Amino acid sequence: MSNTLIRIFTITLNAILVENFILVKFLGICPFMGVSKKMDTALGMGLAVTFVMGLASAVTWAVNHFVLVPYDMGFMQTVVFILVIAALVQLVEMFLQKSVPALYQALGIYLPLITTNCAVLGVALLNIQNGYTFLESVVYGVTGGLGFLVAIVLFASVRERTEYSDCPACFRGFPIALISAGLIALTFMGFSGLKIFS
Amino acid sequence: MQVKKQFKEGLLTKNPVLVQLLGMCSTMAITTTLFNGLGMGVCVTVILICSNICISLLRKAIPSKVRIAAYVVIIAGFVTMVDLLLKAFLPSLSESLGVFIPLIVVNCIILGRAEAFASKNGVVASALDGLFQGVGYTLALVVMCILRELLGNGTFGAGVISADGIRLIPAGYPMTAMILPVGGFLTLGCLIAFSQWLTKKLAEKEAAQK
Repeated sequence: MSNTLIRIFTITLNAILVENFILVKFLGICPFMGVSKKMDTALGMGLAVTFVMGLASAVTWAVNHFVLVPYDMGFMQTVVFILVIAALVQLVEMFLQKSVPALYQALGIYLPLITTNCAVLGVALLNIQNGYTFLESVVYGVTGGLGFLVAIVLFASVRERTEYSDCPACFRGFPIALISAGLIALTFMGFSGLKIFS
Repeated sequence: MQVKKQFKEGLLTKNPVLVQLLGMCSTMAITTTLFNGLGMGVCVTVILICSNICISLLRKAIPSKVRIAAYVVIIAGFVTMVDLLLKAFLPSLSESLGVFIPLIVVNCIILGRAEAFASKNGVVASALDGLFQGVGYTLALVVMCILRELLGNGTFGAGVISADGIRLIPAGYPMTAMILPVGGFLTLGCLIAFSQWLTKKLAEKEAAQK
């Protein structure tokens, strides 16, 4: 039991700090750049991504383990996963709209965007590649999402300031945002030596 | 004339990476050696041409309500083909690009061109559009690769010209950070800034001529 706990702790630490999905693995850059202009939208997007990544990890693990592997259809992985994720996002959207309207109001506009977020498909593929168990997959999905949340919130707070700063004209807007993201990535490199229990 | 315009748009004035700002995940993640960049560029170009042709042929048959889902399935099919072909014939490339090959499915360039161009235009025009946009993407990747490899590793053309490439900066001097994630953000930021500066200069020049 303690062994499982240690593994889960290691995965959590890895997903949030050492191998942050955005700043180290470069997964999910489009929403990271697109919706980080304001703090509250960044927070909403981060929460929605965390939720969908956890759910997608669980469902794609089950689909892979109970359908693709027994019927020897591993080559269909990419096609099946993207369809499962698209259907899942649609279902979550419909479910939230009916039963938790308050949450739907907060997350609603971000949900359709998540289908084409590479972090979600990426986490599903990485779970299979790393050979995680069901529990580990779900933990990796949720904590990977939390890593996304941390990065996007940090970035939004920096970006609110760069919007009004005085920088060379050709750097204004997108390039300066990329460069500040690069500096955040630099600070995250400090975690790269971090290893516990291994 | 149309072809010439498409060519110019794909490569320069509407370059998918530097001007349209699409497909940035792969642009920053895999551009550490020339080999990776060229490989990724060729893969995306092939998939883009195939999916553009296919979608253009089917554009009247696909109901507009489910078009995005249909496009994604078509793209995912081609991505799987390329993924399996690479695994069989170029295992070294497949290994170094890793999860970014299947992730071409969610690369916004391909879905973007399907929605913006192939769903409205004929087969030949769509195929050419795929080719030029793909070449534009490859061009941006190659520039990123050359810069990052030179600054971060001190070499040129690793994996393409020879296994280790040509050493231009003596070992010990290059900044390793440039081939780490930081370098990806910084290089792309500077490149986009340069393209914005160039666009502005060209526009000013054109205005002055009139």
